[in-house]
Amino acid sequence: MTTFEAILLTIVTASTPLLIAALGELVTERSGVLNLGVEGMMAMGAACSFAAAVTFDSTLLGVAAGMMAGALMAALFALLVLGFAANQTGSGLALTILGLGLSGLIGAPFVGARRDPIAPVDIPGLSDIPVVGRLFFEQDLFVYASLALTILVAIYLVKTRSGLTLRSIGENHTSANALGLPVRQVRFWAILFGGACAGLAGAYLALVYTRFWSPGMTAGRGWIALALVVFAAWRPAWVLVGAYIFGAATVLQLHAQAAQFGVPSQVLSAVPYLATIIALLLLSIRHGRAIGAPGSLGVPFVPDR
Amino acid sequence: MKADVPPSGTPLVELKGISKRYGDLLANDGIDLSIEPGEIHALLGENGAGKSTLVKILYGVIEPSAGEIRWEGRPVTIGSPVEARALGLGMVFQHFSLFDELSVAENIAVALSSDWSLSTVREKLGEISRTYGLALDADRAVWTLSAGERQRIEIVRCLLQNPRLLILDEPTSVLTPQEAEHLFTTLDRLSSEGCAILYISHKLEEVRRLCRRATILRAGRVVATIDPRASSAREIAALMVGNAVGEVRTDAPHHPQGETLKVSNLSMPPAGLHGQALRDINLVARAGEVVGIAGVAGNGQSELFAALSGERLADRPEALAINGKPSGTMGIDARRRLGAAFVPEERLGHAAAPSHRLSENTLISHAATEVSRSGFILMNAAKRVARSIIQSFDVRAPEGDPQARKLSGGNLQKFVIGREIIRKPKLLIVDQPTWGVDAGAARLIRQALVDLAREGSAVVIVSQDLDELFEVADRMAVIHQGILSPLKPIGEWTKEAVGLEMLGVAQAQGGVHAV
Repeated sequence: MTTFEAILLTIVTASTPLLIAALGELVTERSGVLNLGVEGMMAMGAACSFAAAVTFDSTLLGVAAGMMAGALMAALFALLVLGFAANQTGSGLALTILGLGLSGLIGAPFVGARRDPIAPVDIPGLSDIPVVGRLFFEQDLFVYASLALTILVAIYLVKTRSGLTLRSIGENHTSANALGLPVRQVRFWAILFGGACAGLAGAYLALVYTRFWSPGMTAGRGWIALALVVFAAWRPAWVLVGAYIFGAATVLQLHAQAAQFGVPSQVLSAVPYLATIIALLLLSIRHGRAIGAPGSLGVPFVPDR
Repeated sequence: MKADVPPSGTPLVELKGISKRYGDLLANDGIDLSIEPGEIHALLGENGAGKSTLVKILYGVIEPSAGEIRWEGRPVTIGSPVEARALGLGMVFQHFSLFDELSVAENIAVALSSDWSLSTVREKLGEISRTYGLALDADRAVWTLSAGERQRIEIVRCLLQNPRLLILDEPTSVLTPQEAEHLFTTLDRLSSEGCAILYISHKLEEVRRLCRRATILRAGRVVATIDPRASSAREIAALMVGNAVGEVRTDAPHHPQGETLKVSNLSMPPAGLHGQALRDINLVARAGEVVGIAGVAGNGQSELFAALSGERLADRPEALAINGKPSGTMGIDARRRLGAAFVPEERLGHAAAPSHRLSENTLISHAATEVSRSGFILMNAAKRVARSIIQSFDVRAPEGDPQARKLSGGNLQKFVIGREIIRKPKLLIVDQPTWGVDAGAARLIRQALVDLAREGSAVVIVSQDLDELFEVADRMAVIHQGILSPLKPIGEWTKEAVGLEMLGVAQAQGGVHAV
């Protein structure tokens, strides 16, 4: 395998968790709820999946545990913002802090444990094509699942009735309520979906990307996923593009550090985060209201009965 | 002609003793109302009389605290709008229940049951549009449409469900006179086809044009059920308001002079994603006169107000002169120091800070010229100012120095307008001075604006209420898609001419709507 091939493969691995988490958050935000707790849900997903996978020696159980943990955290968030109409920004930040702390507690007994790599899907013949063969046809199942998820989310939002209902509620919850659409019910499931995706992204980090647990291992990826949604103007296809751009930035800065360009390594590590800030800045300069933002995003909903 | 069904047999819908309580406020108090099949029934009342609450109860949006609803004689509970639609109720909301970023077809589909696919919706939309002359483009995004077109979406959305009763809440408040006439024709036709219509309004002329029966609400109660054609406008108004409302005196002699406000070739790009650009605005307001700016909502009124008040700055000082001084690039306080005063459209959150006390709210504009010294607030002075506004403008507020949000809409509006008038400005610019305000407060505000002009100030009123402008303005212009028509004396305008300007027909430029 050439270095070039290896770099491409790691870019895919680095991009997949961003893609999964961002897709989940995209659905949540299209329903009009801003959940800033992605980082916390991801950390919980990573800790719980790793703990379950090591304990039961099963990747499948690990993944299930990670998604459950993310969804449970999201359910707590839903209780606050839907049940008590609490401020979404505050609740989301609290969820991140809680998730980072709690994941450290759950993961503590598993520091130092290791998992074996997951066998990639090997499509005989196709994966032997030089360069692109291994890139396209010899990835792990998660990568294919994340691509399928992108397509499914896109179809769901644009083509289905349920997706139309979700978009309407995100666009204007007052009107949606006046028409009798179940605002809180739809948002509850959207928040849960977002949580399960963040949990899955965390599981991928712990079980595939690093294959060990350490506190704070999510390293801001939840925040990048959040920024991706804005960068992508709330469109699934653009989330895919964005996730791979950010994934590439993460990997390439590592190689740039190794190549020793004479730039301090800290500056290079900051590149993906700087890119996040710049992307957000460019968007807000060009448009008063970020383009494509759901109209009711982040506004608490209290039905008037 | 209308197929008027005599009030015999079983009414289509009957409300008995409907009450709705919000804390101390009884929004609806034992309301009885019955509607016959095919009848156009008016629900009349001032803002805050409880009309919107009542129809939301009927449409299942709000739960009544007490009372019974009978549908064709059977008692029913309408727990949600979905159940209401299943019974055969359709509703056109006052502030439309539309989704700006979605297409026309999507907006319609979202309110229908899930066995309607988008392609069936498109098909039926075309059919209904042709039958009733309600032209709509299925794939346009709603934010690109005019208010009249948006209302058509709501109406078509109801008609697709073959309603037995169509409820319209203040349907003409955002329409041009021509669009309103078109709506009336559609309603007459629906009624003749047997669909009952509950028509909510506070405009007497419309109700007399459309309805044979009207139920009048005041302070949450039914005060009378009458035939609006058999009663005089004055009698009905007295029933609605509780006592006779005087007219605004505008006949004081005046000789407007000077150029207190001069706007020259002012252009501005839109502020937001869906904002309106201002194009080459020219406007002069003279001392002693009231200048009115008419137009359908969203044609650049808020942008014009922002440009005049200094919330958005022009690119050159000469675009705008106050008392002869070029001030296009000056901020709000600098303009205030030149003798200008501004009252924005939104009372809570723009003109006043909801959780601040009235005395603190005087600071918003008075800080430019008084009640502060070297950056410190003179709290006693602020309190004095608040007290004198409350006295001079008949602001009925809770004792002491209440928070702004504790005041009713009409009283808060009197306060924010009084706050500016009491500064004795040479130029006052007001956006929607009486929007959502009861008749008594509206009269007081209009009189105060006219009096200010007669004392030698220039007053500019931006309003969507044509009747208001015809009552108080000396000269008027119409804004359409960011372009201001020439200013003409009020006597030279007819309602029809204003309507044509509102549609842009007079300007003979794009965006002409089918009427």
